[in-house]
Amino acid sequence: MHYNTGYHREAVPLVRRFVEIFRDAEAVCVPSASCVAMMREHYVMMAEAENDPPFLAEVRSLLPRVFEFSELLVNRLRTTDVGATFAHSVTYHPSCHSLRMLHVGDAPIQLLNQVRGLDLRELPRKEQCCGFGGTFAVKNPDVSLAMLGEKEACVLETNAEVVTALDNSCLMQIYGGLHRAGSAVRTMHIAEILASENSASSAAGAA
Amino acid sequence: MSIVVGKTSAAPAFPIAAKKALANDQLRRNVAHATNVIRTKRAIRVEEMPDWEQLRDAGSAVKQHTLAHLDHYLTEFERNCTRAGGTVHWARDADEANRIAIALIREHSSDNPNPDVIKVKTMTSDEVQMNHALEAVGITPIETDLADMIVQLGNDEPSHIVVPALHRNRFEIRDIFRDKMSKPELTENPEDLTAAARSYLRERFLRTKIAISGANFAIAETGTVCVVESEGNGRMCVTLPEVLITLIGIEKVIPTFNDLEVFLQILPRSATGERMNPYNSLWTGVTPGDGPQAFHIILLDNGRTKLLHDELERETLQCIRCGACLNACPVYRETGGQAYGSIYAGPIGAILSPQLQNLEHSRSLPYASTLCGACYEVCPVKINIPEVLIHLRGQIVREDQATFTGKLAVENVAMQVAAHLFQHPKRYEAAMRAARLGQGIFEKNGQLQNLPGMAGAWTKSRDLRAIPKQSFRDWWKQREKGPQAK
Repeated sequence: MHYNTGYHREAVPLVRRFVEIFRDAEAVCVPSASCVAMMREHYVMMAEAENDPPFLAEVRSLLPRVFEFSELLVNRLRTTDVGATFAHSVTYHPSCHSLRMLHVGDAPIQLLNQVRGLDLRELPRKEQCCGFGGTFAVKNPDVSLAMLGEKEACVLETNAEVVTALDNSCLMQIYGGLHRAGSAVRTMHIAEILASENSASSAAGAA
Repeated sequence: MSIVVGKTSAAPAFPIAAKKALANDQLRRNVAHATNVIRTKRAIRVEEMPDWEQLRDAGSAVKQHTLAHLDHYLTEFERNCTRAGGTVHWARDADEANRIAIALIREHSSDNPNPDVIKVKTMTSDEVQMNHALEAVGITPIETDLADMIVQLGNDEPSHIVVPALHRNRFEIRDIFRDKMSKPELTENPEDLTAAARSYLRERFLRTKIAISGANFAIAETGTVCVVESEGNGRMCVTLPEVLITLIGIEKVIPTFNDLEVFLQILPRSATGERMNPYNSLWTGVTPGDGPQAFHIILLDNGRTKLLHDELERETLQCIRCGACLNACPVYRETGGQAYGSIYAGPIGAILSPQLQNLEHSRSLPYASTLCGACYEVCPVKINIPEVLIHLRGQIVREDQATFTGKLAVENVAMQVAAHLFQHPKRYEAAMRAARLGQGIFEKNGQLQNLPGMAGAWTKSRDLRAIPKQSFRDWWKQREKGPQAK
């Protein structure tokens, strides 16, 4: 949030804190493609600007151990079937950063395809941004809403009960629009779907 | 030095201009339709190229190399163009470019104090607001590119780099032509509109002695200038008149004739989804008895050299004005080009206009993006537009923080507080507890509404789930205590 909005100086202590907490981790699983994109695209650059070689070395050593959630499962652990059951129609919104910065490809689709009972519906014009964009959503609220309107229409076109993504930020935006419009379509992070064991409990929202 | 980029200085901030554009349903339908068509065509033409990524790399490499040695290639171009009979002029800024053009027009039309000039393919002349400058001294500029002509006749502003009248549909164009060409019977059939434009323009091509053009490339090795286009009106302008004045930004130079191999593959595919432009005009100086017998080229800086010192900023100058980033941009798709308040619209405009003008008049533009990356993905010369946008946002924030009012601005204070809380987990948790208690007055059926400050821009039209009673952190702690806690 800080770095992308232009608060570059303020972002550095947050990088330092991240390194401090996770330096000994074998693998860091991040349930947000956008956060992983920030780390991969900018952490090295920020560390370089600090003129602190040990810090830079730590950043460099930690980054290869950072995985986006679907990357960790599919690419690192070679798992697509996590034993989940979710008997609902679902459409998947490929968030911009998962698509164009992390290039996760069809990893999330592979995961969803293995979920028992799940009816996956293709989202029309799926590669178009939902209009969230961090502070964009409040700095340019009118354009953000116009973009959201298009995304909502595409979601509704699928008649899916649930829209999912790798990023809660996009889902917060899509939820905000759908719920305000009185739609019953639910938003769920892909991890919530993969953690569902039976359709009855998840349908009640208790998953 | 006065750097001018179109009418940017008088333009309202992007969110305000965008709001106006969003209220225009016709405009939004036209823009969405046109960009869909061009995007689809581009995708087909790119898909068929097995070496597309290598071509992008090559285009980027040639431009990077040229910009790193711009002084060398510009003087090489000057030497070779001069040797071939052309005259090279250097313009530091918009005023100087206009003064040079006016002096040349006067010199070549001494018999007529109010001459006409025909113009084609020169967005750079819009950058320096040349039409305005010419009209002020009694010279009448006539735009001859079909879309530019529609914009000029409609007293309008361009809305796209490649397709300036993209925001107009044929019914609107029919009305403009009916009015300005005195053809009350004109229909909206494309054939009829084309025929009307043709007869209007032909007459002007044949009687006008001086033309002003832009160019896509200037080749240092040979002194050759290249214009690519779809209509042939450019070909008319660069061949029929007695005098040709070409205006280009200094970043348009490329080292060798062979480099065209790359650019003539990536430009038409990216711009209009064509394998090749229908008209590719190249000329070198003056050829006796063939074409214009006087050729002048004005090399314009207008803020460009300021971008050379920084590798990231310099990337902006790699742009070949294909417009692919506009067609791919989900923000441009909603607002069209005029909301950007500059002739350079869309993602490239959002980085180019503020840099040329030192962020003076266009501080809202670097924020007119969700950083979705669609622009970077399609850019044929691999300009990392999202990265440049973030870089410019950093400059704006630092500038603001240097002032007293900027320090106290709501956004800056919120960002400082957030940064502080993110560094101190105890205080973060305390803040979340306080927020959970305090949200009651805004909560209705589990949704937060009418939040104050910047968050109000969210809740005005979107719902927001209230902060749950148990946070993830609390849940995690309980879970670690043992399974019975679940």
